[in-house]
Amino acid sequence: MRVTFTVNGRRCEADDVWEGESLLYVLRERLGLPGSKNACEQGECGSCTVRLDGTPVCACLVAAGQAEGSEVLTVEGLADFARQRSGEPEPDQLSPVQEAFNRAGAVQCGFCTPGLLVAADELLERNPLPSDAEIREALAGNLCRCTGYEKILDAVRLAARGAGEE
Amino acid sequence: MQTQPTRTRPESTPADGQHAGGVGESAARPDGTLKVTGEFAYASDLWHEDMLWAVTLRSPHAHARILAVDVGEALAHPGVQCVLTHDDLPSRTTVYGLEVADTPALAGDRVRYHGEPVALVAADHPETARSAAAKIRVEYEQLPVVHDESTALATDAPLLHPDRTDGHAAHVPHPNVVHRQPVVRGDAAAAAARADVVVTGEYEVGMQDQAFLGPESGLAVPAEDGGVELYVATQWLHADRRQIAPVLGLPEEKVRMVLSGVGGAFGGREDLSMQIHACLLALHTGRPVKMVYNREESFLGHVHRHPAVLHYEHGATADGRLTHLKCRIVLDGGAYTSSSPAVVGNAASLAAGPYEVENVDIEALALFTNNPPCGAMRGFGAVQACFAYEAQMDRLAAELGMDPVELRQRNALRQGGTMPTGQVVDSPAPVAELLGRVRERPLPPERRWDTGAGGAELRELPGGVGNTTHGEDVVRGVGYAVGIKNVGFSEGFDDYSTARVRLELVGGEPVATVHTAAAEVGQGGVTVQGQIARTELGVERVVLQPADTTVGSAGSTSASRQTYVTGGAVRNACTQVREHLLDAARRRYAATEPVWASAALQLHGGKVTTTEGRPLVGIAQLLAELHDEHPEFTVESEWRHRPTQPFDPATGQGFGHVQYSFAAHRAVVEVDTRLGLVKVVELACAQDVGKAVNPQAVLGQIHGGSTQGLGLALMEEILVGPEGTVRNPSFTDYLIPTVLDTPPMPVDVLELADDHAPYGLRGVGEAPTLSSTPAVLAAVRQATGRALRRTPLRPEHLLEV
Repeated sequence: MRVTFTVNGRRCEADDVWEGESLLYVLRERLGLPGSKNACEQGECGSCTVRLDGTPVCACLVAAGQAEGSEVLTVEGLADFARQRSGEPEPDQLSPVQEAFNRAGAVQCGFCTPGLLVAADELLERNPLPSDAEIREALAGNLCRCTGYEKILDAVRLAARGAGEE
Repeated sequence: MQTQPTRTRPESTPADGQHAGGVGESAARPDGTLKVTGEFAYASDLWHEDMLWAVTLRSPHAHARILAVDVGEALAHPGVQCVLTHDDLPSRTTVYGLEVADTPALAGDRVRYHGEPVALVAADHPETARSAAAKIRVEYEQLPVVHDESTALATDAPLLHPDRTDGHAAHVPHPNVVHRQPVVRGDAAAAAARADVVVTGEYEVGMQDQAFLGPESGLAVPAEDGGVELYVATQWLHADRRQIAPVLGLPEEKVRMVLSGVGGAFGGREDLSMQIHACLLALHTGRPVKMVYNREESFLGHVHRHPAVLHYEHGATADGRLTHLKCRIVLDGGAYTSSSPAVVGNAASLAAGPYEVENVDIEALALFTNNPPCGAMRGFGAVQACFAYEAQMDRLAAELGMDPVELRQRNALRQGGTMPTGQVVDSPAPVAELLGRVRERPLPPERRWDTGAGGAELRELPGGVGNTTHGEDVVRGVGYAVGIKNVGFSEGFDDYSTARVRLELVGGEPVATVHTAAAEVGQGGVTVQGQIARTELGVERVVLQPADTTVGSAGSTSASRQTYVTGGAVRNACTQVREHLLDAARRRYAATEPVWASAALQLHGGKVTTTEGRPLVGIAQLLAELHDEHPEFTVESEWRHRPTQPFDPATGQGFGHVQYSFAAHRAVVEVDTRLGLVKVVELACAQDVGKAVNPQAVLGQIHGGSTQGLGLALMEEILVGPEGTVRNPSFTDYLIPTVLDTPPMPVDVLELADDHAPYGLRGVGEAPTLSSTPAVLAAVRQATGRALRRTPLRPEHLLEV
């Protein structure tokens, strides 16, 4: 079947999609967007977190056909998306949350990072100054095996503080 | 007791911290930006024109004879390109292994564990391959299952490897024992008679999984010369190649390996997984073949941490001095050897923990069973022992009426102390100080959940927003533990690394290029290699070449060794490059400018300077002036740490470990005693790292290791039924800590130099995984008053059921 949807602001068509294929598979293998990760493909780890019409979802649990006509945001589009949201065009810059993950040491192997970035960015969009408990709750669906989450919390706090200073 | 930590000084110039991004700074990861933009290419992201997808058919039985395999229907499945079984293996060598080649690339007439690979399918879509694999008909005759010590060591036990000829076969008491290592020193029996208090206990550690997030993946591309290129996520490229090539029937040079992005490892990528399979299919079909495990296959497709049963007896005098230790540690190695012998060596030599005990009678062994193969996981051998000896310390303290931290400090190992192996510890061993540091830290406030007027912040309570308690029946406990881990490969292993370093002028700037085969698995090895090159060569720009087999072996990214050994190799190669450059400069200038004759010139901040810091010339200018004669300066060389010795097979005596690493934890927990739910409120750690080459990365290792230890304390266990089948191969049923399970983890980093190691550094990655688990268990024991001899804890262990 053919699936048509918008990914990171660009209209995409995927042909010859098998009905059982997930949105994650179509993004990674048919649209050349492997940034969303395939750690469990069971909806347990959050490494494939994307936004589907604004809502964070596990792309592995969304059948590709369900995304027909939708707007999908992946880690590859996060910087552009953040730039448009803030209304400050600064080409070739990372988004604040990407910058903060880098600076805070929140990235080790990095396999959880794309999903965490999408989830953290969405949290800060709806709650610009979250408490620690709110950060933990928002990121509870994203497993990380390397960092023990301390530096990830630091990164989200840093991104929130940075945004607050702007 | 308390000494001030000394900040380690580098052994040689240039001085620490003078170069941006040098040794001692929290330099940024060179792969950081690629990782946050989603552009970093992990093994599972690889793509090749015309590539096939492959899957593995695995045994559903733990022990069975294979009577027949019929692949006809699978081959006929539309879209299938190739189906391979044992009969299709191209070489007389059909087995591989890290130490002992006993693992079939594909099962022949027998499967020995649940999940053993039996057949391979390559097709044009992963789902096509999976559907076709389901059509392969394998006729099994099930065999009796060996699943624990009694079934393994019975006189009529089925033998896992009846014809074994490995180096351990001659000295084991039963053919189902992989390896056995005693460590005997002093006279434990006589000392036991002098003890005022004797404490015995039997402890059990469950089977933990590495649960790295990036699944086993790779892409094999057939080459025109009949060889193959393999892009793969692994921990040691050269060890992989040594095992892969004979099974493919190829010389090693025709198996060219390149490290692709690795999504965590923790020991689980030391053994081969899909490497041989993808290469076989690529060579057979003449097309690139990609394999990506799903999570279930990942759980079945790599080794786990050895589960263990540990029998311990400690004695002490009334004033709290340890008299003796007797212990027996039985590790379940599962169906194949993997790294069991090294795990046994660690468990035996570190069984006493970071304590001085003059009289020991220690025995550690690993079994062959039909359980899943067990091998390397962070802290191996030492993790299991630490769980037992730390529980023993608390019980001994209770018997003596002593403070548990004080008892530990009274017996703590110190520099100059002697291990049970007779090895004298010849670098700092701040065991007592680490314990003191975690204890002196203020405790987190009580009743953090209490919002007043009967309200409660559920997220601070055991059970969380499950709304299982508002604070009623919640009891706090505090527990301590400390551990000791060896760093690097031990017992006489030739543990070296290779670095190639080039210094040249690029676009008018001096650039150092560093090439090693060291696997970056997330720990930040690439970052520290760049830092070392900047510090040693005084340059700003460092290019790190991708790790591959065109450069010599770096050894494994495991055993907390890469910063030490590959860091040492990079430093060594940089030193030689520096001397070549300075020699060339001396030859050219010393006759006219006497200052160049000095032996003690430095590369510093982009310049050649005297030891007093007087600049002579910019490195860029010098390279330009020497360019006609020396267009570049390149060195490739191996570097090894000082040699170790094998342990004596009967007594375990010997200089077996090159370095030791120490960490201590204090866990504060709150337990809902009605429901058996535990919340860790804080997990504080103190660790000596010798020299924090990258302080931010050091914290990352300590936090990550502590969290994996917390997982082993409270949730992580591969459940294997008596029939040998794995019952929970998914993240739905095998739980690892989420951000809600993980508490704040304050860290105290000590930097006490080990003068034998580059920059004085000490391997960091594993020590924090050891003491975290027993600290959490000790805290829960204190809260509940229960003995808790097994980890991980389950709610039923805390309830009156």
